[in-house]
Amino acid sequence: MIRFIVRRLLQLIPTLFGLSILLFIWLRRLPGGPETAILGERGTPEMRAAIRQNLGLDEPILIQYGRFVRRMIRLDLGTSISTKREVTTEFIQRFPGTVELTITAMVIAIGIGIPLGYLAARRRGRFLDHASVGGSLIGICIPVFFLAYILKAIFSENLGWFPSSGRQDPTLGATRITNFFVLDGLMTREWDAAADALWHLILPGLALASIPLAIIVRITRASVLEVLNEDFVRTAEAKGLTENVVRRRHVLRNAMLPVATSIGLLTGGLLSGAVLTETVFAFSGIGAFLAEAIDHRDYPVLMGFIMIIAIVYVLVNLIVDLSYSLIDPRVRVR
Amino acid sequence: MRASRPKVAIAAVAAAALAVAGCAESDREGSSGSSKDTLVFGVAGDPKVLDPSFASDGESLRVARQVFETLVRPEEGGTKVSPGLAESWEPDAAGTTWTFKLRSGVKFHDGTDFNAEAVCVNFDRWYNAKGLMQSPDVTAYWQDVMGGFAANESDTLGESLFKSCSVTDPTTVALTFSRVSSKIPAALMLPSFSMHSPKALQEHDASNVSGSADDIKYPAYATEHPTGTGPFKFKAWDIANKTLTLERNEDYWGDKAKLKSLIFKTISDENARKQELRSGGIQGYDLVGPADVEPLKSEGFNVLTRPAFNILYLAINQKGNPKLADLKVRQALAHAINRQALVDSKLPPGAQVAVNFFPDTVEGWNGDVTKYEYDVEKAKSLLAEAGASDLKLRFHYPTEVTRPYMPNPKDLFELLSADLQAAGITIEPIPLKWSPDYLNATTSGNKHDLHFLGWTGDYGDGYNFIGTFFDRQKDEWGFNNPALFEKFKTADSTADQAARVALYKELNADIMNFLPGVPISHSPPAIVFGKDVTGVKASPLTDERFSSAEFKS
Repeated sequence: MIRFIVRRLLQLIPTLFGLSILLFIWLRRLPGGPETAILGERGTPEMRAAIRQNLGLDEPILIQYGRFVRRMIRLDLGTSISTKREVTTEFIQRFPGTVELTITAMVIAIGIGIPLGYLAARRRGRFLDHASVGGSLIGICIPVFFLAYILKAIFSENLGWFPSSGRQDPTLGATRITNFFVLDGLMTREWDAAADALWHLILPGLALASIPLAIIVRITRASVLEVLNEDFVRTAEAKGLTENVVRRRHVLRNAMLPVATSIGLLTGGLLSGAVLTETVFAFSGIGAFLAEAIDHRDYPVLMGFIMIIAIVYVLVNLIVDLSYSLIDPRVRVR
Repeated sequence: MRASRPKVAIAAVAAAALAVAGCAESDREGSSGSSKDTLVFGVAGDPKVLDPSFASDGESLRVARQVFETLVRPEEGGTKVSPGLAESWEPDAAGTTWTFKLRSGVKFHDGTDFNAEAVCVNFDRWYNAKGLMQSPDVTAYWQDVMGGFAANESDTLGESLFKSCSVTDPTTVALTFSRVSSKIPAALMLPSFSMHSPKALQEHDASNVSGSADDIKYPAYATEHPTGTGPFKFKAWDIANKTLTLERNEDYWGDKAKLKSLIFKTISDENARKQELRSGGIQGYDLVGPADVEPLKSEGFNVLTRPAFNILYLAINQKGNPKLADLKVRQALAHAINRQALVDSKLPPGAQVAVNFFPDTVEGWNGDVTKYEYDVEKAKSLLAEAGASDLKLRFHYPTEVTRPYMPNPKDLFELLSADLQAAGITIEPIPLKWSPDYLNATTSGNKHDLHFLGWTGDYGDGYNFIGTFFDRQKDEWGFNNPALFEKFKTADSTADQAARVALYKELNADIMNFLPGVPISHSPPAIVFGKDVTGVKASPLTDERFSSAEFKS
């Protein structure tokens, strides 16, 4: 097990190295540069040239890359061109928001998706089945930003049940420890702050959950259907086990393997930031910030964030692989 | 009996929650009282930096305007130079030394006195900038106004307009400039010339812009300790929640702020700002979409319209297509477009067709210039005369952007390109992303023939508009007109205000004869406040003073 983990982590090194080369070349090849974003309408060619020179962007790309690698080795991701704060600081400020949002969305998606998919499979061909399959198709098709606006218009603008943007009511003046607002509220016993942060997560969490939910419903349904037809299920039923035991021990457990894989992939995807949801809900996470960084050609932020996201992605998938052995005792990681 | 997995999981989560509960200290002060003395205002972007010496973006400047003050400032709701920290000012006979009489009894937020010495500390700090502080993206406005430093470290910099500062007595200070300039005193209204507490500057090492050229780091002063004299004090910048909190300065020298705290909350999406206002999470926001002005008004929100202080123009690049160097062709373009229809149908209420390249709120505006009325036949015949009936033009327009002078570039493009096609011109549309592609393509190189661009004035002097566009050869326009450039030089160095204004009038007439581009419109940008928020006066310079904001009871 330990060897498995170490080997997977070692694989990160060539992955990151290759990714950094590709990213570096791709980013530098984009037309325009940060100088235009910095200066806006006010830029003159001389001022733009001066900024390029200052940022070292007029040097050969190899030298620029060398500087980047030297910094990476010292674990220094550099400073954002547009905010002048360290990339690591920016990440620490924004990543917790994305994590909270991802967890909320996945709790919703798993909490509803697996039971719904299971029930749909058990009642194959009946109303619930058609409804959940059709509903999940809509879930996949509906653009997230559209859903986000609709949710806001109904539950926030009209009914006033939920806040429509941000991560927490700023007038609360809540204490910041980890930047995980719910956790911070618990840690400092600012219960109202924790509740408020949780409240802010519901609508964006719902919007973001729509696609994973739909996928989980479909995969669970398909997987359960497949397992139901397996010989061992018939055997279990034949030897007189109660329906409950058959379902829990034999059907669900075996059906969960492909679901776990997709949950891992979906979580990894959500962790790289939900650009649209974060933008529509003015939610401070890494997705919206990355989108801005592309507009500003903020190379250090783009490089740094994408590298960290790659690491997170690999780690999440590692955890998923490890979880197989929990679900299925036959699987032994080596 | 073995506990089931879900039960174990729930128990684990509960245990973890109990374990973390109360493991850290709350640093929250008692409840913030009634929310009726806290205003949350929605803004489109995070401020970049809290020291306005290093800022050039609108959101940083908006914060700076509440925390800091300048020697002179725009009159409330206008552009005229009026008293700020200086009660009066006058130039000497040569027009190069300006003496400012300062307000007495003013204190910085750290309790130290504001006086003549503090003024000189501030100017000396900017003037003696070294190393990375000379980077054009660090001290943009100083470089734009003053042109250089005591010891320039780059060839692109010129001689500094500012020369020295001297203290006559605690409330009298003299600033000496190397030449007469149209910029003084108007440019000193810019928030970048705000007065900082010398003690705080030193304590927090404010001039220590460190790192390397490609990795600039601001000192803590610029992100955590801005210390000015304004009606609000900086309290907290919560990047993780995209909010910045200011609180009332109880020792303010003038009328104290009516709000106890003022919170700026970043909501970059325009629709999201509107929804948040309606749901009550914010009590005002800026950059209101033109289409939202009327609906918000009818719902009872306080929509304020700023006097227009901007220009949208259709730029013509004479180098892009050789035919555009022909005046007749440019005149044909001006006659071909129906600017009135565009203003009526696509711009917010109150917008006007532009006659000059600056609005009539700026001195030197000239109504008596060549005007180009909408006349398709005339346009066609001018094109025929110039032998350009088969004219084909690359028309650049930006996508996904809203500027105060250009709310909906794509709509504007569609309208104008239809007009031009009606005059027999073939248009090749080139939509580009505003930043950096569009700005890059239209202000450098020769691939652009026509494009939209505009400007919002920094301060109320005509040079800030037309000088910025036309006082030297630029890739945006691609023409070289030495006579025009020379006249700009004369205007800039004319000390006498009346004489300079007369020159601006002449320049406006010259420009409209030469027609380097077509001025299209001036649009009044809107700002909105909640139904029960009053007191704020809209400013053409976006210098809204939140200290006068209050909730109607």
